[in-house]
Amino acid sequence: MTAVDERPATPASAPRRRPNRMLALLRNSWRQLTSMRTALVLLFLLAIAAIPGSVLPQRGISPEKVNEYFVEHPDLAPRLDQIGAFEVFSSIWFSAIYLLLFTSLIGCITPRLRDHVRALRAKPPAAPKRLDRLPQHTVLAAPAGGTAAIVEVLRRRRWRVTVRGNEVSAEKGYLKESGNLLFHSSLIVVLVGVALGSWYGWHGNRLLVAGADNAFCNTRQQYAEAQLGPQVESGDLPAFCLTLDAFQARFLDTGQPEFFNATVSVEEPGQATRTADFSVNSPLRLDDANVYLLGHGYAPIIRYTDRYGRSQTSTTPFLTTGDMGLTSEGLAAFPDANLDPKTGKRDPNLQMAFTGLYLPTAPDSAPYVRSQYPTERNPVLNLVAYRGNLGLDAGIPGSVYQLDQRQVQTGRVKQVGDKLLKQGETWKLDDGSTLEFLGTKRYITLSVRHDPGSGLLLVACGVLLVGLMGSLFGRRRRVFFRVTPAGSPDPASATTTAGSSLVEAGGLPRTDYPGFADEFAQLVAAISGDERSGERAGTEREGSDQAGTREGTE
Amino acid sequence: MSALSDQLVTFAILVYLVAMISHAVEYALGNARARIVKAAPVRELVGAGAGGPGGTVESPVDPAPPVRSAADRSAGRARLAGLIAVGATAVAVLLHLAALVTRGIAADRMPWGNMYEFVLTVSFIGAAAWLAVLAKRPSLRRLGLFLTLVMVLLLAIAELVLYVPIVPLVPALNSYWFVIHVSTIVFSSGIFLLGVVPAVAFLMRNGYEQGRRSFPYTLAKRLPAAAALERLTFALHAFSFPIFTFAVIAGAIWAEAAWGRPWGWDPKETWAFISWVVYAGYLHSRATPSVKRNVATWIAVLGFLTMLMNLFGVNIFFTGLHSYGGL
Repeated sequence: MTAVDERPATPASAPRRRPNRMLALLRNSWRQLTSMRTALVLLFLLAIAAIPGSVLPQRGISPEKVNEYFVEHPDLAPRLDQIGAFEVFSSIWFSAIYLLLFTSLIGCITPRLRDHVRALRAKPPAAPKRLDRLPQHTVLAAPAGGTAAIVEVLRRRRWRVTVRGNEVSAEKGYLKESGNLLFHSSLIVVLVGVALGSWYGWHGNRLLVAGADNAFCNTRQQYAEAQLGPQVESGDLPAFCLTLDAFQARFLDTGQPEFFNATVSVEEPGQATRTADFSVNSPLRLDDANVYLLGHGYAPIIRYTDRYGRSQTSTTPFLTTGDMGLTSEGLAAFPDANLDPKTGKRDPNLQMAFTGLYLPTAPDSAPYVRSQYPTERNPVLNLVAYRGNLGLDAGIPGSVYQLDQRQVQTGRVKQVGDKLLKQGETWKLDDGSTLEFLGTKRYITLSVRHDPGSGLLLVACGVLLVGLMGSLFGRRRRVFFRVTPAGSPDPASATTTAGSSLVEAGGLPRTDYPGFADEFAQLVAAISGDERSGERAGTEREGSDQAGTREGTE
Repeated sequence: MSALSDQLVTFAILVYLVAMISHAVEYALGNARARIVKAAPVRELVGAGAGGPGGTVESPVDPAPPVRSAADRSAGRARLAGLIAVGATAVAVLLHLAALVTRGIAADRMPWGNMYEFVLTVSFIGAAAWLAVLAKRPSLRRLGLFLTLVMVLLLAIAELVLYVPIVPLVPALNSYWFVIHVSTIVFSSGIFLLGVVPAVAFLMRNGYEQGRRSFPYTLAKRLPAAAALERLTFALHAFSFPIFTFAVIAGAIWAEAAWGRPWGWDPKETWAFISWVVYAGYLHSRATPSVKRNVATWIAVLGFLTMLMNLFGVNIFFTGLHSYGGL
């Protein structure tokens, strides 16, 4: 990379009108910003600014952990929140750093792009007067064809060649700068791809219980949580419906999962219903959305028969608590229970709710609080029954997976017993109503996403890699040849080749390139028509490396 | 098979130790005054280990022998110790490879499923790449002392702290991207690991060449020339950086398939980003004439520290989606 900060401020020219101070300030700040030193500082700031994003919990990744942090550090958390420490990667300061960095990048590569295009179209420069001053220099007998033969050899080796009279100039390794510019330009495209994804993308998370009556259709309201990009309206979501037909999971004896597979029926508008399988590493790819399998669990089927003999069945997903054995907790609420058949009215104080744990494989003895294995070897529901006003009618949003604790604390909901239920067992409550544990259904948790920037990202990343390799492994270098007619004095080799014309050759690596001496030797050997001497030069590694050390960078 | 792998790791550590001691002996014998050290380092693990590295710093004068024959003999012995060291390193690398292969066979998958296996593979790549560098540039042999030291430390940590018995992969890892992403991460990490050895050696040697004679610099007296170390540092990093970049991109592609987004600032991803940025900073500052070479090299060392943080720190302190460490 060229050192932009080393560029002289303004060429010393004749005294002229004092420049506009504002313009000068702007120009100087621009120069500062686009200098390599500033870019390096910004790079390091970027690295440092990313650290809190890994140390502190982030809203975008784990909002529940952010809430925990607020509880654990009630003094510190709000202050951290003010400076955006829980949303580091969308905070003002992080954005400022990378936007400045990209501005600096654009300011740096634009002039270089212009220069490089110019260089690509220009001819290699004229040979310097004294080739013996170059890092590589030698004199050899001129090949039979003169300059034409030299040009021929160089062209075969894909050098860019120009002939000026008896001089040949050649240059190679434009790939280095091309790659460098390609790499940096594709970084900008990566940023654009990310921006596209966040503006026009959307995603939502949802739980899907097996069975046709639990089918899910893709609308905003169907998601427990959804995030739509600023350019996306609810109506833009593609219409499709999913039904979970089957879910398979295999586990090792230790409980470690080994294999997951979900089978769904997909309905898309204008297409026949089809079944599709997807799994953890192979999402279901639909036209304008991808469906990812995030997790799975069990939804116990519970039938409650109230004191008037009316039955209701609920299939409620119990949420896994994160342990190996898939211990799950949940709530089955029956707000419409105990509807008096005579009056046709329900008594709000006779609503029923059952909360507790579901253990796919319950232990043989108490306490029944932790499942031993993730499949249903000994399924047990460990429930507590509540009766009273569940507070669902108050209109206050609450979790459908948890009993409203305010109602319990105020005594409006009372605990009326607890029971351990095996599959098929019935629990008779104090008022004669019964609860049956009929079985379970599988559920899966899904993430549905659409990222229109991902294709662009992929292409940009591919180009970035190609550019990076060109930039790191390409080597810009120049060679010059001057054919001197016979008889001209040349002390170096006049004795051996007196009478024939001579070629003076010089080589200049324009970047750090230890192997240039080898390449030069081989090139010279090829021109003098002696390939073997070139090989010999190639084997003298130690010596040529020593020579290579003298070649400084540009 | 699993037990065999564990034993092979232990043997590899021992042979690396032998190599390290032989290197130390070579280092000590490279001194101007011929010290008589019995040149049978393979047998005398403890004795040579205690006596060898301690007596390295004797006189600041470079080999200007007071008695010619003694100096010659000493130089011959130093060369012998060096050759033994290289031979031992090669044997250790083979044992190391065998340990990985048997572990892989026992697990019936690539041995990169947890932190223990990861460290084992990264250090293998580092050591094997060192042999490749050595074949190309034999003059750098003395760096082997530092490399074998790193190997012994890393493998001992792996064996003592990180060890976990073999288990199959969790479904999340069961993808061909596992092979692509993890192999390239492992490979580039191994080269970065190797790269930090000449980087640190350069920083010491550079200080020494600038006339510093305090503790860490004096160690560098017998190291190869600073310029050669610096060039090796750059070559290794320039080689590894695109592989690391590819590995991160492959990880993003996999993350898109597995987690639904190419990049989500998971702690592991965040630290990979930090490492990438720091190494990019190294390459840029190396190419900027106004930045001194030792400053640039410090950045490379910093980059390696961020890699270490990503491997150990993130696995131990943070929870994220990359929780496969097995700790």
